[in-house]
This record gives sequence, structure tokens and C-alpha cells, in this order.
Amino acid sequence: MSQTEPLIICEYCDAVYRRTPLQRHQRALCPRCAGVLYRHGSLSIQQRLALSITGAVLLLFANLYPVMTIGMQGLSNSATLWDSVLILSSGSITFIALVMALAIIFAPVLQITLLCWLLSFALAGRRAPGFAVSMRCLEGLRPWSMLEVCLLGALVAVIKLAGLLDVIPGIGLIALAALSMLIIYIAGRDIRDLWEQV
Amino acid sequence: MSTPVLADDLGLCLCHGCGLACELGKDHTCPRCGAPLHRRKANAINRGWAFLLAALVFYVPANLLPVMHTEMLGSGSDSTIGGGVLEFWEAGAWDIALIIFIASVGVPAIKFFSLGLLLFTAQRRSSWAQRQRSQLYRGVELIGYWSMLDVIVVALVAALVQLRGLGTIEPRPGILFFGMVVVLTMFSAMSFDPRLIWDHPGNDGGRTDGASE
Repeated sequence: MSQTEPLIICEYCDAVYRRTPLQRHQRALCPRCAGVLYRHGSLSIQQRLALSITGAVLLLFANLYPVMTIGMQGLSNSATLWDSVLILSSGSITFIALVMALAIIFAPVLQITLLCWLLSFALAGRRAPGFAVSMRCLEGLRPWSMLEVCLLGALVAVIKLAGLLDVIPGIGLIALAALSMLIIYIAGRDIRDLWEQV
Repeated sequence: MSTPVLADDLGLCLCHGCGLACELGKDHTCPRCGAPLHRRKANAINRGWAFLLAALVFYVPANLLPVMHTEMLGSGSDSTIGGGVLEFWEAGAWDIALIIFIASVGVPAIKFFSLGLLLFTAQRRSSWAQRQRSQLYRGVELIGYWSMLDVIVVALVAALVQLRGLGTIEPRPGILFFGMVVVLTMFSAMSFDPRLIWDHPGNDGGRTDGASE
């Protein structure tokens, strides 16, 4: 492309450095502001695709199965992630339901879909149609994907209710736990490597 | 410490879309991913303050208004965020009380203070503790969304406790304001440009023009 490709600019203080190859588990720090410049990308495209497909399966489980079930005097009720979005959408507070839906359902679904799309083409050594747009979407979605917060929230909810009622964690909660860890690992900044790899 | 070469001096600019070092030509778009390029984020300080002040305003109703309404066996009660923390504390579950306290009071307070400090010092073109301020910004970015915890807890609890006749829990407007505080502080942090911290050379390794080779 151009001769500026081997250069890396620190996003926090604008200093310019020349890229050098890193060893496993190493990361490059900016000596001026101590920000992370880049990390060693330890996953191959094949491994990433495998993890993304795993993520897609977990995402299905996390959304289709109830996160938990409560029981009290013979009555019981269970809730999925979508139910918790719906309950916020009633009344005057609809806006927060949109934020919630983006944070715990739409952003992760889009992230996983885009990853599967990009990586399956990358596996064949090609850039997927809409490569640039998809990559920029992934970049923009990252701060809005809050599955790990959702996991902690579910655990707090379990404890909050456990004193009053019987709480039974569901399949959705287990899938959520696995998925939130996985998504941090595969949808992080390292995905930028794809620009150089394909 | 010798000052490294700065992108600004070389006419280069980091693309926020893909991380490529781009030459700032006439067309301000990244040749690789097509994202618009800016030397610095536009109106970073004004936008940062605007979002931060809006968040501060919303923080008042977020704490005063009830976040949920509990109806148990005929008797109903409203609870606020602070009330929820106290409830756990008095029940002896200090660890849960601490988690909720950190997420719902500690994190927003730290964010308000840190963003205010970053915006204020960047506005004053201060060269005080640049490295530490950079680290503070990264900290704010990192803890940003954890305050959504309360919103998620209320939504899950309300979705679960829908036992007609025995007990129901409903969300109340406080949670809307609380969610808005989180979103607005995230916007504030995103519109701030951390490179502004370094734009004014300080006493440690003062950069003189043309001597940066």
C-alpha cells in the first residue's frame, strides 16, 4: 500500500515507532505514555474462526434458554435475556431498553456474526465482501458489548433473590459465562491483524 | 527521556478505524479502511464537557428516584440505588453491598472526577503529570461500562419476579436516568482526545522544533 505501513502511532500520545516482531505473550508499550501499542497475535485465523463458531453456538444457548428460574410456593417463572429487555421497554423508560438490547443482545450477535463472516473468507485467503465496513463495525461495537457486565449482573441478581425465593441458574447463565470470556478474547483489538493478513 | 518523533511533525495521523499510520493528505480519509481522519478529535474538550455536565445533571434523579418497585404479598415498596446497597449491608452481605456500591456509586464518582480533571487540565494546556493522566484516561476507558451493572440487575430481577398474587417487581424511572448517566459518561470519554494531554511539551524533555531527529 504505502511506505507508512511498518509505522505504528501511539493512540494516546501521537508518538511514532517502527513495528518490530514480538515473541509470544509480549506486548509493545509506548515509553512516553506507557500505553499498549500492540500485542503479539497468538491466534491463527483457523483458531479464531473455530472460537467464533463456538461463540455463535454459545450465543444461541445464552439467548434461547432462560438465564434463571425462580420458584416460590409452587409457582415458578423463568427469564431469558430478551425477557429482561422487554420488561424495561414497558412504560416511560423505553429508551433504556434500547441501550440494554444493544449492550447484551445486538452488539454481541453482530460481533460474532461479523467475525464468522470475515474469518471464513480470510481462511480461504480472501477479503470478505464489505471487509472494510465490517472491520470498522467491529471496532465501533467493542465498547457497547457488555456481556461480562451482564454476567456479573446475573450473579448479583441470583444472590439478591436467593434470600427470598428459590433460584435455579439456567443453561443460559452457563452459556453467558463462557461466552463473555470468549468474546473478550476473540473480539479484542487484535482483530486489526486481519488488515495485514489478508 | 528523549522525546520520540511525533506523528504530527511527520504529517502522519493514526486511523481510528484500523490503526494504520496515514499521511494527512487532502482527502481526510484512511486509504485502507475509508474512515475519516482527524488530526485531533473535533471539539474534544467542548463535547467532553457537554456530555459530562449532562451526565452530572442526570445523576441527581438517578439517585433520588426509585429504581424498582417491589410488591410482595400485598405490600409494596420502592427502592433507590442507595437503598439497595444499604439493604444488603444490613442483611450482613457486605461483599455484595460492596460490589453494588463500587459499581453504582464508586465508578460514576471516579469517572466524574477523572474526566473533569482530564478536561480541565487539557483545557489549561497543562504539562503536569502527563504520563499519569494518560494512564488515568485508560483507566476511565476500562471501567466505563461497569456501571451498567445496576441496570442489568434491575432488568433481570424484574423479568424474573413476575409471580401474580405472590410478588412482582417492576422497574421505575430512576433506572432510566442511571442508564443515561452511564451512556453519557461513555460518550464523554469517547469524545475526549488523549493526545491533547501531550500537545503541550512540558519540562521533562522539552521538545524543540526541528531537533526531534
